[in-house]
Amino acid sequence: MVPELNTSKSKKAVLLLEDGTFFVGKGFGAAGKTSGEVVFSTSMVGYPEALTDPSYKGQILSLTYPLVGNYGVPPYDLNYGLPLYFESDRIQVQALVIHELCLEPYHWASTRTLDRWLSDEGIPGIYGIDTRRLTKKLRTHGVMLGMVKVCEAGEEPNLERLLTEAKRIQDPNLTDLVKEVTVKEPVHYKADGSKTVVLIDCGVKFSIMRNLLKRGISLVRVPYDFSAKEIMEYHPDGVFLSNGPGDPKKCVKTIESVSELVDKVPLMGICLGAQILTLAVGGDTYKLKYGHRSQNQPALDLNTNRCYITTQNHGYAIDTECFCRTPLEPWFINVNDKTIEGVKHKTKPVFAVQWHPEASPGPYDTEFLFDTFKKMMEVA
Amino acid sequence: MPKFEWIKKVLVLGSGAIKIGEAAEFDYSGSQCLKALREEGIETVLVNPNIATIQTDPRLSGKVYLLPVTPEYVEKVIQKEKPDGILLGFGGQTALNCGIELVKSGVLGKYGVKVLGTPVSAIEDTGDRERFRQAMLKAGVPPLKSKPATTVKEALDVANEIGYPVIVRVAYTLGGKGAGVAHNAWELREIVTRGLVQSRITQVLVEEYVGHWKEVEYEVMRDYADNCLTVCNMENFDPMGVHTGDSIVVAPSQTLTNREYHLIRSTSINAIRALGIVGECNIQWALHPKSEEFRVIEVNSRLSRSSALASKVTGYPLAYIATKLSIGYTLPELINKVTEVTTACFEPALDYITVKIPRWDLQKFKNADRHIGPQMRSVGEVMAIGRCFEEALQKAVRMLDIGKIGLVGNPEDEEPESEESVKEVLVNPTDERLFKIVKALKMGISVEEIYRLSGIDPFFLYKIQNIINMEAKLRQLRLRDSTAAETVREAKRLGFSDEQIAVCTGTNELEVRQFRKTAGIIPAIKQIDTLAAEWPAKTNYLYLTYGGDEDDIEQSPGKSKIIVLGAGVFRIGSSVEFDWCGVNTIWALKKNGIQEAIMVNYNPETVSTDYDVSDKLYFEELSTERILDIYEKENPLGVIASVGGQIPNNLAMKLANAGVKLLGTSAEDIDVAEDRSKFSALLDKLGIPQPSWSKLTSIDEAKGFAAKIGYPVIVRPSYVLSGSAMRVAYNETALENFLNLAAKVSRDHPVVISKFVDKAREVEVDGVYDGETCLIGSIMEHVENAGVHSGDATMSIPPHTLSVEVQRKIEDATAKIVKALKIKGPYNIQYLVKEGEVYVIECNLRASRSMPFVSKTRGINLIELATLAMLGKKFEGLKTCGLPPTPHVGVKVPQFSFMRLSGADPVLGVEMLSTGEVACLGPNFADAFSKALQSAEFRIPPKGGSVLITVGGEEPKRRVVPLAKAFEEMGFKIYATAHTADVLRASGIESVQVLHKIKEESANPNILDYLQERKIDLVINVPMGNKQKSYSDVLTDGYIIRRQAVEFNIPVITNLELASALVDVLKKRESNGNSICSLNEYMDELPWKLW
Repeated sequence: MVPELNTSKSKKAVLLLEDGTFFVGKGFGAAGKTSGEVVFSTSMVGYPEALTDPSYKGQILSLTYPLVGNYGVPPYDLNYGLPLYFESDRIQVQALVIHELCLEPYHWASTRTLDRWLSDEGIPGIYGIDTRRLTKKLRTHGVMLGMVKVCEAGEEPNLERLLTEAKRIQDPNLTDLVKEVTVKEPVHYKADGSKTVVLIDCGVKFSIMRNLLKRGISLVRVPYDFSAKEIMEYHPDGVFLSNGPGDPKKCVKTIESVSELVDKVPLMGICLGAQILTLAVGGDTYKLKYGHRSQNQPALDLNTNRCYITTQNHGYAIDTECFCRTPLEPWFINVNDKTIEGVKHKTKPVFAVQWHPEASPGPYDTEFLFDTFKKMMEVA
Repeated sequence: MPKFEWIKKVLVLGSGAIKIGEAAEFDYSGSQCLKALREEGIETVLVNPNIATIQTDPRLSGKVYLLPVTPEYVEKVIQKEKPDGILLGFGGQTALNCGIELVKSGVLGKYGVKVLGTPVSAIEDTGDRERFRQAMLKAGVPPLKSKPATTVKEALDVANEIGYPVIVRVAYTLGGKGAGVAHNAWELREIVTRGLVQSRITQVLVEEYVGHWKEVEYEVMRDYADNCLTVCNMENFDPMGVHTGDSIVVAPSQTLTNREYHLIRSTSINAIRALGIVGECNIQWALHPKSEEFRVIEVNSRLSRSSALASKVTGYPLAYIATKLSIGYTLPELINKVTEVTTACFEPALDYITVKIPRWDLQKFKNADRHIGPQMRSVGEVMAIGRCFEEALQKAVRMLDIGKIGLVGNPEDEEPESEESVKEVLVNPTDERLFKIVKALKMGISVEEIYRLSGIDPFFLYKIQNIINMEAKLRQLRLRDSTAAETVREAKRLGFSDEQIAVCTGTNELEVRQFRKTAGIIPAIKQIDTLAAEWPAKTNYLYLTYGGDEDDIEQSPGKSKIIVLGAGVFRIGSSVEFDWCGVNTIWALKKNGIQEAIMVNYNPETVSTDYDVSDKLYFEELSTERILDIYEKENPLGVIASVGGQIPNNLAMKLANAGVKLLGTSAEDIDVAEDRSKFSALLDKLGIPQPSWSKLTSIDEAKGFAAKIGYPVIVRPSYVLSGSAMRVAYNETALENFLNLAAKVSRDHPVVISKFVDKAREVEVDGVYDGETCLIGSIMEHVENAGVHSGDATMSIPPHTLSVEVQRKIEDATAKIVKALKIKGPYNIQYLVKEGEVYVIECNLRASRSMPFVSKTRGINLIELATLAMLGKKFEGLKTCGLPPTPHVGVKVPQFSFMRLSGADPVLGVEMLSTGEVACLGPNFADAFSKALQSAEFRIPPKGGSVLITVGGEEPKRRVVPLAKAFEEMGFKIYATAHTADVLRASGIESVQVLHKIKEESANPNILDYLQERKIDLVINVPMGNKQKSYSDVLTDGYIIRRQAVEFNIPVITNLELASALVDVLKKRESNGNSICSLNEYMDELPWKLW
């Protein structure tokens, strides 16, 4: 006789959007209800990295690749004092939306299933829905607020009530999401090298830290609301502005600090960091219709015409028209929608990119930017 | 950087005939290349003798030369055409090797022809194992531990150093030809001896064997400005050890983590940068299954089978973009053809999974080894798209057209088999491995155990277990059960066909269809858009899935739509010629104002599955169920099932019964032609002679009938192509065996026995009928007498021995049959001619294998006319009837791949064995035949060469005498076996030298030694007519001679008529090949050209 495979006890689940659209599927992970901004990523690999990326704070993440969980979930093993396979020490998304959940994963590094991981960390997940239909909806209407309800086994979702609730979801972008993911107290990370960088943690991905540490740069990871004065007390060789969730304009204190720091130290920013830098020097940012979340975004260097494949995860972008007011100039643009992908200061050793040169998940093609930053510090 | 302005004219080299390891994928890449060049206003010249391809259409290619892709002929074309640049990367290894020789011999330099794209130095780095290894080490890319060897002794030393098992690879060969795994010195010695002979540079590589590591591939693009990206990665279901061409492949990779995926991706890019590739290439990796350790295996510095697959997997037109990069463009300057707004400088994101499965035809070959390993043996492949692995896998299994209704639910699944024999196949895979995994799981062998034995990742094995579990669930189910809808929905999601569900639940296919439609279980149409729905797609590259609930496209009901059914999987007997027919039908529909010409096909190697050929492409199964699904969604004017060969033809009746409107000849009339019994009755009624026949009702009756008409007899099942299970029986025992076989191949249709007419001429007619005008494209005469399958025969246009009177008889019979069958569209009729009498043997109411050959040689596009007929239009006004013969001669020659099939006997018979064909045109038969032979890799024996003649039977021995005399007169050295030599001497050929049979090992001189020492340039070996003998004793001397000749790449001729035609070629050696004319020139001189 054929052995039966483990099938997770069928839990009903539903994803509802603010406009009343809903998708009925099966639940996994933790039972419960959560809401947030519904976004999609077209990455085909890297769910352990993506789910732990603090930039997803406040968001319900839908993956367009239909088979998820194939290689299980690795352990939180440490490397440079940081979990090697993850971008933070916990799952950051509000909920996960996928087409098919792998119930029998296999990989030498795996210690548990995706289902188990979400359940261990209290995160609800829904699978078995037409994620392509969802993606097309978000592409057409722009990102929407939504809600995921995962029932207990045997429980039926009360659709009527959930639909009413879905119309009243609070937009997480109106809150200070960075506050939820930033480090509470300064933390020191020592590397074998002479340079020290203060990392302003707006929800930093561990791979950024790993990239700096492996280049012999010691780090002081400070909360996002540290003042320029507090930062300069560490006598840093450079300052790093991390990625993070939500609307950059909510990071009022960070913007203020950065506006002072620009003239004082070499500075590099990533993603939210790029937006904060722009705002700090008088530029502007705006919300994209449905953001860039994928590993295949083309970033063109306007000076050399070289194009790089980049990994991205952002819902806000730098306004193109504001440059005349700032000391910044565009460095990279996205070849597809011509949005700004990188900026640099006209006179100072300061630059930032909208994508993630630290990859993870995604291609490593632009890791050289960390070398550029290191060189800047050496020259300065 | 925009394109180079100095490029005005480019020469493109094709890949020649379809052979194992080099198939229709190069028609696809070449066609895209030509399209990309011509839209830049660049003049193109193509050299490719594969007349059945789409790229050899002057409308696509500018100038077409149907000539061998050899340095000798390409130089002549260069001399005439004076191109500015040459592209070597679009015609497989054939084009690459030819190009390297042209560079080395200084020809390109002499005529100032620049190699565009990847420089020759990079090609050489990738072709020579040691150079490759050094280049990789320099770039920090880990290669396999290995060392080259040029002698057996050296190889043994290297193997001792690395440790067994080792794999031996041969430099510069196609599809891993000659490679093998050696577990000990004895095996190594044998493999190396053979490999050294096959290598162009007498070199083999001995390297560490990484069997059971994961095999992963990346397709990489790079431009002159050093922008670099990977379009697609693919993971082999079969681990290292099985050639990637023979592996089941999934894309994108399924079991790689982000780190594994991107570490290998980055290293791929480093490797390609270091090599200096410009354009496209494929890079293969072995990844350790328990760590992040990996090794680079090889780089194909050209478009490949994998790149064609990757194009279809992603929708990214690799060959098209590679061409643009070769002429100077950079990636960010180019547009993604699918969205028409985003850039080509990106990496496609997929929201589906694809599964490729190869198709083998090993059972057709007598004595052929059925194991799969480092040497590629498959002849075709299919690709299925789904939203889960199970769905894609089951679709792909059905697409193979090997009689399986899916992965499970097949009657033969339950045949008892010992655990040992199943495990044996898991360890040493054969073409049936996938089905043995199912058996193993059903036997209760654990996933871990199967993994240990086979090296197949448990991820995939668990998915197969899911399918098995669902089968078990369905077998408990009745459609009236309350949970039936839920279970059927899940079964459909896992790729179960209606037929599979019907088998499991004890009902029939249509009932299941009705049930699920009532329950609202219908598939959704999804689009392949390269960006996982992030941007809207402008193209209609579509598939159907149960993993979704919304169609991506909106139907436009007012439009005129026609669905064309493609050829499906290629196998021996059905290949690129049917793709030519399908694509030409689409073009003709567009020309005739049809608003949506819709293609359904699933063969990733083809042009027809290029999304910009048709208005809509459904990359889907050719099954009744799926065509009905599409038909119901699209509501077209009708379906064309007569241009894709046997698969769509077999569907015609079922579709018609299900209410589908078929365009062209009615299903009933097709049935009359296909059902041997009905067709024979029709011929009797028309008074057209045919060989005596009888329909089989019982084996005893059949024996009685055969005894009455006298042996030999032909046993033919209905509804088969390429003579599958068609056999000549020389006695009663053989007859009985064949009948059993035939019954198994075609359960639904009767079997017919007919008299085998000995020493008859075989003739074919291809044409089109519109209901009023019977157009005969051409009469083709086979060079070989009847008895050789028409797909393996050498054919000539015009017929070279038939009298005018016989030709008239053939035309009359053709007209009568065509009218009686009320044909509307293409037809093909096969005749025997003996002593002035004409007999009909077969009639096909569909496009035939020879249609492109006839169309191009005669300058009349038969498919375009057939499409007119199917649309109900008439030929009136077209100058197409009673055409005189063409002033030129066209000769079509088969291409065999025996070298690739260890053990296969190269003797020709009624079962088709060739993998491809070529055709060349010339002022006379000898010229055209000479070119065609060389195009099919037949080495014409040199002047003053030597020939070994060994002929069985008294009568053939007598017939070979004049041939031997001709060889003697031309100064050939003649060797023969003792009995043949006696006959030759008795006829006055004194110079003949006797070689001893291989069996007489100690007797010198021995044939085997002479073959090995290459003292023989040609083998003429005609086996005894009575084949029954060779079946019982596979190791006859004749077989060993033929096989050894194949192994040592010495041409073998097993047919006297063919030998005689070759003598004709050799006699006119001096004038052959002097005329270098393009197909355009040949066509333009025809006053009736219709193209």
